[in-house]
Amino acid sequence: MNPVAKISGLVVPLDRDNVDTDAIIPKQFLKSISRTGFGPHLFDEWRWLDHGEPGMDLSTRRPNANFILNDPRYLGAKILLGRRNFGCGSSREHAVWALQQYGIEAVIAPDFADIFQNNAFKNGLIPIQLDEQVIESLFKKTFATNYYTLDVELESQLVKDFDGNEYPFELDAFRKDCLIRGVDEVDLVLLQADKIKAYEILARLNQPWLFPEVGKCS
Amino acid sequence: MTAKTLYEKLWDSHLVHQQENGNALIYIDRHYVIEVTSAQAYEGLRLKGLKVWRPESIIATADHNTPTRNWNLGISDPISKLQLQTLDENIKDFGALHYYPFKHRLQGIAHIIGPEQGGTLPGMTVVCGDSHTSTHGALGALAFGIGTSDVEMVLASQCLDIKPLKSMRVNVNGRLSRGVSAKDVALHLIGLIGTGGGAGHAIEFAGDTVRAMSMESRMTLCNMAIEAGARAGMVAVDSITLNYVKGRLYAPIGEAWSDAIKKWQELRSDDGALFNREVSIDATLIEPYVSWGTSPELVVKITGNIPDPANEPDSARRSWLEGALSYMGLTANIPIQSIQIDKVFIGSCANSRIEDLRAAARVVEGRHISSNIMQALVVPGSMEVKAQAEVEGLDRIFTDAGFEWRQPGCSMCVGINEDRLNPGERCASTSNRNFEGRQGPGGRTHLLSPEMAAAAAILGHFTDVRLILGS
Repeated sequence: MNPVAKISGLVVPLDRDNVDTDAIIPKQFLKSISRTGFGPHLFDEWRWLDHGEPGMDLSTRRPNANFILNDPRYLGAKILLGRRNFGCGSSREHAVWALQQYGIEAVIAPDFADIFQNNAFKNGLIPIQLDEQVIESLFKKTFATNYYTLDVELESQLVKDFDGNEYPFELDAFRKDCLIRGVDEVDLVLLQADKIKAYEILARLNQPWLFPEVGKCS
Repeated sequence: MTAKTLYEKLWDSHLVHQQENGNALIYIDRHYVIEVTSAQAYEGLRLKGLKVWRPESIIATADHNTPTRNWNLGISDPISKLQLQTLDENIKDFGALHYYPFKHRLQGIAHIIGPEQGGTLPGMTVVCGDSHTSTHGALGALAFGIGTSDVEMVLASQCLDIKPLKSMRVNVNGRLSRGVSAKDVALHLIGLIGTGGGAGHAIEFAGDTVRAMSMESRMTLCNMAIEAGARAGMVAVDSITLNYVKGRLYAPIGEAWSDAIKKWQELRSDDGALFNREVSIDATLIEPYVSWGTSPELVVKITGNIPDPANEPDSARRSWLEGALSYMGLTANIPIQSIQIDKVFIGSCANSRIEDLRAAARVVEGRHISSNIMQALVVPGSMEVKAQAEVEGLDRIFTDAGFEWRQPGCSMCVGINEDRLNPGERCASTSNRNFEGRQGPGGRTHLLSPEMAAAAAILGHFTDVRLILGS
């Protein structure tokens, strides 16, 4: 994971509760065995008028002019402003990959679905939880102001706007450290290999049925 | 000794390392690997030069991409085919306890074949790169759906690096009326607390209604826990659990069985254990439910009307409800029973176990699907469920009534294979999600129980199954 300390950029408002991961990246794109190529299909059914399929020629597609991401005012957005229970539903990490590959680096919402939030942190997409009233005011500003940008600073845990408003957000110390240093969590966990082995020896002794051998049936 | 919840017992017994930051490393006993979320995780292992920590913890299957008919023709979609081949190769290279590939004699949906083969046992921690892994909690296990990064983590380390969850107990008491099932209890709960209501929690389903439920029904309940936003769902171990597990392929036998059940009998919340939240439900008041919108919390009783968004005071929610109504092509205030349907899907990890098929068949027997139904599918959850249903003659009941009897898989719940809705089509579905486009782009999904789906198929519109069963 690449280290990330600060995000500055245009904000796109997605004014909708319960945005689910099926909407973020529809199922047909889950057939891919790659981690890349999802960006053009972010919100595929909302963003395009024609039906999207993996591997299609993007140049012939018809964008849905009524979808907020296609509004010229919000092109190039790095921060997505969302509403309640963002990322609910399926555990597909492809949703996070699609947001990132489109160019989104942080999502600000009143709350997130658990698995989505976890997946986001693991890929360096910052899920920022702000109070519902703050979110409401940010929606008003993004609609009313041309080129409304925000700065997200991890070290100070502040979201700042150009009017000098500052909105503090919570961030778990461990998550913060992983993001700022770009730590690979697998490497980190494997530092505890001895403890894992010790746990296993005991568990195997006490509950041998949890450790069946390969090849019991065909 | 302090009284512990079932969740705390499962957590504490799998704690490998408590980190200073509050997270913990939790040991994972069983890892179900599926084609749709694993390729990138194995790729990650290869890039880091890592092995799978304990291949015997893995049971793998292909379920999302697999067709449900014409198996002799193989998989026509080259992208799906490549994903299945990739899983074949990954299992060959990295190993597994067992692999149930496409066309295997015991193939099926991971969350159906797992418990069926004794792959999930009481007291286990279970993960899978699929949110409906919560299903396995019905056996008194702690089961999490995870993303691909965590699939890689568990492959590499056998551990999940996770923050402790809060605990919620849902107490369901009273007798369910005839025609009211575990699915209705789940839809009632989600309607009550919302799809974010269980966020950050592990839900334990308790109370005499749950104690009286079969394992199949408990699995339906736990399956739907994720739709309430919970990370896990679970039910305490009792004699119903033990009877279900006994004799299954990976269940212990002989002396190990006696040792195991001694431990498993402890797998319940102690008297006086404290939960962060408790919800009580009177089962006698639950009626059959049908979802009307594009979120599992948007449900109505079968005797009810489509709600009017105009009555919603919160403006953000009001516009969300209006959007749902418009996507679903419905008008506010009309009776749910007046809505005609085009397709029926009986299947998915929520409702494709033998009990579900029996319940649907009881409604269908001696009747025929309505002429306006373009397609009615029954997709058993596994080859074993399919075989059992055929022994009981359920397949004939369905096919005589005009249903198609298919091979097992996720099928039209997720529409990754060719089983899907066309734009505008309306489906009575026993699956667990009704999001926009879930069953196919532009498709309109109404969630309900197998018996309610069967009744809707017969009449061509939603109807109260209690009236059919009563006649």
